[in-house]
Amino acid sequence: MLLSLQGATVRFGGRAVLDAVDLAVAEHEIVCVLGPSGSGKSTLLRAVAGLQPLDAGRVALDGRDQAGVPAHRRGVGLMFQDHQLFPQRDVGGNVAFGLRMRGADKKEQGVEVRELLELVGLPGAARRAVAGLSGGEQQRVALARALAPRPRLLMLDEPLGQLDRSLRERLVVELRELFGRLGTTVLAVTHDQGEAFALADRVVVMRDGRIAQSGTPLEVWQRPVDEFVARFLGFDNVVPATVAGAAAVTPWGKLPVPEDAPQGTRSLLVRPAGVRLVAAAEGLRCTVTARTFKGTHVAVHLRPEDGGPRLEAACALRAAPEVGQETGVEFDSTEIVVLG
Amino acid sequence: MGNAARLALLAGPVAFFALFFAYPVAAIVARGLKVDGVWRFGRITDVLAQSDIRHVLWFTTCQALASTALTLLIALPAAYVFARLDFPGKNVLRAVVTVPFVLPTVVVGTAFLALVGRGGLLDDLWGVRLDTTVWAILLAHVFFNYAVVVRTVGGLWSQLDPRQEEAARMLGASSLAAWRKVTLPALAPAVAAAALMVFLFTFTSFGVVQILGGPTFSTLEVEIYRQTSEIFDLSTAAVLTLVQFAAVGVILVVHAWTVRRRESALRLVDASVTARRPRGPGQWALLAGVLATIAVLLLLPLAVLVQRSLDAPGFGYYRALTSEDGGTFLVAPIAAIGNSLQYAVAATAIAVLIGALAAAALARRDAGRLVRGFDALLMLPLGVSAVTVGFGFLIALDEPPLDLRQSWILVPLAQALVGVPFVVRTMLPVLRAVDVRLREAAAVLGASPFRVWREVDLPLVRRALLIAAGFAFAVSLGEFGATVFIARPDSPTLPVAVARLLGRPGDLNYGQAMALSTILMVVCAVALLVLERLRTDRTGEF
Amino acid sequence: MHHKTLVAVAAGLGLLTLSSLTACGSSDGKASTDSKTITLVSHNSWAVSKGVLKDFEKRSGYQVRVLNDGDAGQAVNKAILTKDNPQGDVFFGVDNTLLSRALDNGLFQPYEAKGLGTVGAEYQLDKGKHRVTPIDYGDICVNYDKAYFGKHKLTPPQSLDDLVKPEYKNLLVTENASTSSPGLGFLLGSAAHYGDNGWQDYWKKLKANGVKVVDGWEQAYSDEFSGSAGGRKAHGDRPLVVSYASSPPAEVIYAKPKPDTAPTGVSYGTCFRQIEFAGLLSNAKNTEGGKALIDFLVSKEFQEDMPLNMYVYPVVRGAKAPAEFTKYGAAAKDPETMAPDKIAANRDQWVKSWTSLVLK
Repeated sequence: MLLSLQGATVRFGGRAVLDAVDLAVAEHEIVCVLGPSGSGKSTLLRAVAGLQPLDAGRVALDGRDQAGVPAHRRGVGLMFQDHQLFPQRDVGGNVAFGLRMRGADKKEQGVEVRELLELVGLPGAARRAVAGLSGGEQQRVALARALAPRPRLLMLDEPLGQLDRSLRERLVVELRELFGRLGTTVLAVTHDQGEAFALADRVVVMRDGRIAQSGTPLEVWQRPVDEFVARFLGFDNVVPATVAGAAAVTPWGKLPVPEDAPQGTRSLLVRPAGVRLVAAAEGLRCTVTARTFKGTHVAVHLRPEDGGPRLEAACALRAAPEVGQETGVEFDSTEIVVLG
Repeated sequence: MGNAARLALLAGPVAFFALFFAYPVAAIVARGLKVDGVWRFGRITDVLAQSDIRHVLWFTTCQALASTALTLLIALPAAYVFARLDFPGKNVLRAVVTVPFVLPTVVVGTAFLALVGRGGLLDDLWGVRLDTTVWAILLAHVFFNYAVVVRTVGGLWSQLDPRQEEAARMLGASSLAAWRKVTLPALAPAVAAAALMVFLFTFTSFGVVQILGGPTFSTLEVEIYRQTSEIFDLSTAAVLTLVQFAAVGVILVVHAWTVRRRESALRLVDASVTARRPRGPGQWALLAGVLATIAVLLLLPLAVLVQRSLDAPGFGYYRALTSEDGGTFLVAPIAAIGNSLQYAVAATAIAVLIGALAAAALARRDAGRLVRGFDALLMLPLGVSAVTVGFGFLIALDEPPLDLRQSWILVPLAQALVGVPFVVRTMLPVLRAVDVRLREAAAVLGASPFRVWREVDLPLVRRALLIAAGFAFAVSLGEFGATVFIARPDSPTLPVAVARLLGRPGDLNYGQAMALSTILMVVCAVALLVLERLRTDRTGEF
Repeated sequence: MHHKTLVAVAAGLGLLTLSSLTACGSSDGKASTDSKTITLVSHNSWAVSKGVLKDFEKRSGYQVRVLNDGDAGQAVNKAILTKDNPQGDVFFGVDNTLLSRALDNGLFQPYEAKGLGTVGAEYQLDKGKHRVTPIDYGDICVNYDKAYFGKHKLTPPQSLDDLVKPEYKNLLVTENASTSSPGLGFLLGSAAHYGDNGWQDYWKKLKANGVKVVDGWEQAYSDEFSGSAGGRKAHGDRPLVVSYASSPPAEVIYAKPKPDTAPTGVSYGTCFRQIEFAGLLSNAKNTEGGKALIDFLVSKEFQEDMPLNMYVYPVVRGAKAPAEFTKYGAAAKDPETMAPDKIAANRDQWVKSWTSLVLK
């Protein structure tokens, strides 16, 4: 393992911001830590970088314990959320910084800077002032700067957080290609699930300083491990349920669940795609409270007439009922997940 | 940077202040209050019970507060103009407004009378005479301290990102409201620092009060001087020194309290990109107003000095300066220029070294209370009488290996005491404004703590450092109180030489004093211009 | 590890500073203990022609170092403070207004200078004990602007009494007695003339007659007084000023081209005499050298060089004052005087009452 954390703990004034975290990142792997703000993901990066001392546990790089190794000797790269470009230096000066620290000569620096700027799509920008760059350009310069010293591990803190949506979507693809090409090992943190899923080989969801779930984007998406992860991923149709065999008793009635579902008192997730709208006389009777156009489908918000929890359905564009209309609801067992 | 490193950085400044400030001042106070080995603290209440002493304390504080307010009022627009507007001759003018700061008060008093005194500009125009009124004192304090505000506040202002203010304006704030809500809070530490320095300077004002206020106005500083030098009542002087300490201490606490909550990480940008040519009638009017103020309040008195120095055919007074047989000194008065420059360079080097170490150690905003306390202590020398320090040196530093009483180094050391607070105060707001993550970014890229300081802090703080060095240099060039004790007759400094020449009757002596003052002005302006040049002359790294 | 480096750097810097200071200190220390060096401690007005001092050094084999220690009051006070470990061997510049303070504090050790016999007896205020040797004297007198009095067809005042007359109303400027040496001298002169109780009355009249008080001599003479070079430029409007009897010669000597006659004159009936002394400091390191230096200070060569350097008069009989002095500013014939112990006993109280009488 290139990076491994064992029981890594950081406390701020008694509160554990990082609580006994175990994490391993293999060479060439792209791992994305996903979590709401305050979940400790930035602290995780800072601890790995050596900017934040651990209160307990250990960080190892290439199997070597990093306790006592200062940040500038760890050979990892960190791209800050708001880039933190050096304002007094031009683009080239920023990119060359890490190379200079390593003692590279001027010629080597020049060559590297040119190549890196081409790589990030800013050819010939070396003499430009950083103050005059757009957000996207700054992000590219910051990336080139972090890549320049060829860190064994590149860490990205909300790498695309400040950018607009289209740019973000384009850059995610570019980054993934770039990292693949360079074989860079990446540990990124973000609060945006779309970004994480698009970028990562593996996603790690954090909650209150602990790791809630870890797995490939598909695994996490398909089988959120608990209500927190499900809700964080944007699923709102979560209700308490008592599972017995292939059925679960919920506030929405008796629902079919997969055969191998865990039994007993659980949380239960119905993905919006699994909420089917049927004639008003059938199934659970609901009133439509809102409709949100989602591009490929319409999210229909429903209020059950028996006072149960509200729920959301994904509906084809043409089939979506009007607000105020009454409708029946049935559930599709393949889109139902019994949470851990 | 850990605590150990911070303490190591502080060791130099702490030793410096302990040895060359705390110890001598404590020694002279102890000499006054300790009789036969017993402390006589009863003296404190005795002295404070005197109504004229209380009056002096009251007047000292009031005039200092009023002077500070007036200086801020008049100089803040200029700080803006110098930071944000581009106009021809800006750099020269910035150096020129600093000139008053170095001039001996005796000379300035004379020149200032030409503005507010008999036959002065105000008298000619409106028949108004302000000499021997408190207004003359206040205006002269503005004259002296104008540059303190322009340079400390303007230095930070020129590095603030103007886009933040623009952002506020886009959100619907008027330009004044945008300034008040965005720029002013960001500038607050620098404004507070400038105000503090002006207050301390005016609180310990001596020559200005004497010359322009006449003998009816007296400050604590004058009183301490009288008690020490004339009456030789060291116990009263000691009590007054303690009172001065207490007053200055209160001000420092208030200052620390107001600043602490305001200092925050700021977006700093290169100063060269923030200034623009004036646009719109408002900015042109502001520029015109500031230039007019400078012309009347600062340039006119200086011009009077120059004119008087030229009042002999064929630069007669200047030529007389090169003659050794004037009888005033063992050397030609012109030699004072070289002496002054040597002392000033040494004092600036000491002040910058000590001040930069202290500022680096104090820069972290999570610095402990002890460290913060030291921050305030560094300011104390500005609020202590030169006479007290001079006498303290004499009785404290009299044993080998520290028998420095006759050593030349004492002059730059004494001058550096006043220079260090400038260096620290000018650098700290900028250092504290540097985003800590910028340093982390450098560290992660492989920069050791020292390289981080050199590569990240230094480029950002260089402007402040040069401003501070300019101040330290100017302070040293104009310093009189401590130098006059120590300067040898064969190596007088410029202010000492001016005072000597003014102390003698006769046309040639008076004219030479004016000529030397003019030279002092020019030397100061040139030195500051050279420093300005250094600032724009980038090194080859980028 | 980096902390250690920093600690080492800081410690190194500290050591470097200390050692360089020590080096400077000790080299100077050596110089002052060197038996071939004499250190003279004086006030800022000390001056001597280079050639005259060189002559002495050549003849005696000593090197003379001079330390200026602030104005006259500061210099004496500092000498007293450092009495046990003095900065030099000889102190020059204690005058009769400060003499008692210096003597009472045991500042000096006795030495009877060679050539003391040539010094006028009226200057020898420590006769018999020889702790101090008189070196020079000066007279604090009212100076007048000749042009003003010529233009207004007015006779300049001749005496202290004249100054309170209505024709001289609003003409006189003097100095603050609590911060200025001539200001104090003028006050002492009035006290000597009108007596311990009469002087306050006199000052009430002076005040009623519009006397102006400024803090220092420089302002009074070079800003307010209409007869001086500086005052003319500054539009000074007071034709009478408290200054020295030797001021008019300076107005001639330091003018280019030299005028035929001095632009100012001296009101000889208003003078107070100041005598300056030198003495061998107690605990002096080089007593032999110090004695030689005091002998030199009362030698004819130094005494004749002194007037044009310090604007004072020689105390040695037969020492000639320069022509400008005899012509434009001779010493007063019958100045007011006061015994040093009387000055010491009354000075603070008088200054205090003077302040509340005149300034408030």
